[in-house]
Amino acid sequence: MSMLRVEHSLGFAQLQDGGRFGVRHLGVTQGGALDWIAQHWANWLLGNPLDACVIEIPLGGLTLKAEADGWLALTGADLDAKLDQQPLRPWQVFAIRSGQQLTFTQPRSGVRAYLAAAGGFKANPVLSAVATVMREGLGGLHGDGKGLKPGNQLTYSAQPAVSRKMPSEAIPDYKSLVTLQLLVGAQSSQFSGQSLFQLFNQHWTLDQRADRMGMRLTGPALRYQGDALISEGIPLGAVQVPPDGQPIVLMNDRQTIGGYPRLGALTPASLARLAQCAPGQKIRLQPISQAQARQDHLALLARWEP
Amino acid sequence: MLRLFDVIDEANMPWLMAAAERLHTDFGAQLIDMVPSYTTLMLHYDGLQLSEAQAREYVLQALTGLQPLAIDDSGQRHELPVWYHPSVGPDLEALAQRAGCSTAQVIERHCSRDYPVFTLGFAPGFGYMGLVDPSIAAPRLATPRQRVPQGSVGIAERQTAVYPLVSPGGWNLIGRCPLALFDREREGYSLLKPGDRVRFVSVDHAEFLRLGGDDASMEPNP
Repeated sequence: MSMLRVEHSLGFAQLQDGGRFGVRHLGVTQGGALDWIAQHWANWLLGNPLDACVIEIPLGGLTLKAEADGWLALTGADLDAKLDQQPLRPWQVFAIRSGQQLTFTQPRSGVRAYLAAAGGFKANPVLSAVATVMREGLGGLHGDGKGLKPGNQLTYSAQPAVSRKMPSEAIPDYKSLVTLQLLVGAQSSQFSGQSLFQLFNQHWTLDQRADRMGMRLTGPALRYQGDALISEGIPLGAVQVPPDGQPIVLMNDRQTIGGYPRLGALTPASLARLAQCAPGQKIRLQPISQAQARQDHLALLARWEP
Repeated sequence: MLRLFDVIDEANMPWLMAAAERLHTDFGAQLIDMVPSYTTLMLHYDGLQLSEAQAREYVLQALTGLQPLAIDDSGQRHELPVWYHPSVGPDLEALAQRAGCSTAQVIERHCSRDYPVFTLGFAPGFGYMGLVDPSIAAPRLATPRQRVPQGSVGIAERQTAVYPLVSPGGWNLIGRCPLALFDREREGYSLLKPGDRVRFVSVDHAEFLRLGGDDASMEPNP
């Protein structure tokens, strides 16, 4: 058994797996890694199940110390990680020796880093998942929805199933222009024509109010012309528009039902990309057909096939 | 998304519950999640395992010859004790003023009927119930509170609910329930389920404490 001890944490780094399912009717949200693509790669590098439990590290502010030798993989954002003061590049498997310190300080590219461990970090699932949801007090290391805290001990397997190398063409460039794909649907036909034109032909800016629950975009005010809605279930990635006309993309920790009109939902790959955007980031939206979205998603999943 | 009705009506519930039950059976393990609400059922299935055509087939099958569930079959009846008091229900007095009656009458009206649980949402175990007597209905607060204590009983328009955990919230608070509405150790987790019926029962301070309630008082409205 290998072990990491949390030496320093701002409380935002948290355990995430693939999320919680079969409980949405109880008002319990989904959770799970926001950038699920980076999470999948981190687990793939070590031969873990792709949605095995990882640490999601937003922005930095985390120091871990190895209490035993072990194997880890780091993907996602470049948070200026260092292993005993030596720079550690993301998108690779690395060995950590007992006593070594792993620090994440500040974002250089992207927002969320993913640290996977051989066999996945171990924690008791709550409602069938480890996914930490702070708002609900569910999941995480002790089941109470808390982020990682100094003194927490994270255990994992001593040996990875495999140790793979990242295909270089699959490493994303988080500094590239951000275009997110929207499956148009829900109440989209009841927005004004001008609003739909602006939706796809103007830049949007990611607001400061961007977290695991929702990411608010600012830009031209979109105008909904339909009747008020009765609250209904909200799928992952739904783009809702409250009365101020500024769209909000609903993420993994969203409320389960809501009553604002929606334009449709972003594709899973677009949600992963959005999870790596910092406030102020300029974003374009692009419509995509069901058939194309399905084909793209299958092509993405095929990358991790054995 | 299955849209079955256009308005919020208690009479929808036996139909929604019946449809939910049939869909669970027809989809079986292929159903990842289902979110019932007042007039809709949102189905979540894996589009890579199940074609849209097959999903539509299941839905059609479930809705064909559907019979509403009898109220007695579709849910449990709960009595929820509530300590109605301004120190834990800071909007109780304002609600009485609005209704032009005493706080005792607000309490009496809130306790005077069984409320069906229309749906769970917003937070784990948060049951949207209604409809309250029109005289004690009130719009949501203009500025939601940052922190509503666990167990708070609130009214928004003609809906009523109990906050299962500490959360932000904009409902008018009139009292506090000492029972745990959501418990991750409990079988089924949530005390309330859609289709259940709830009757609020007024209890005094001593009984509230005896039932395990936390009587920490709240700041009155800003």
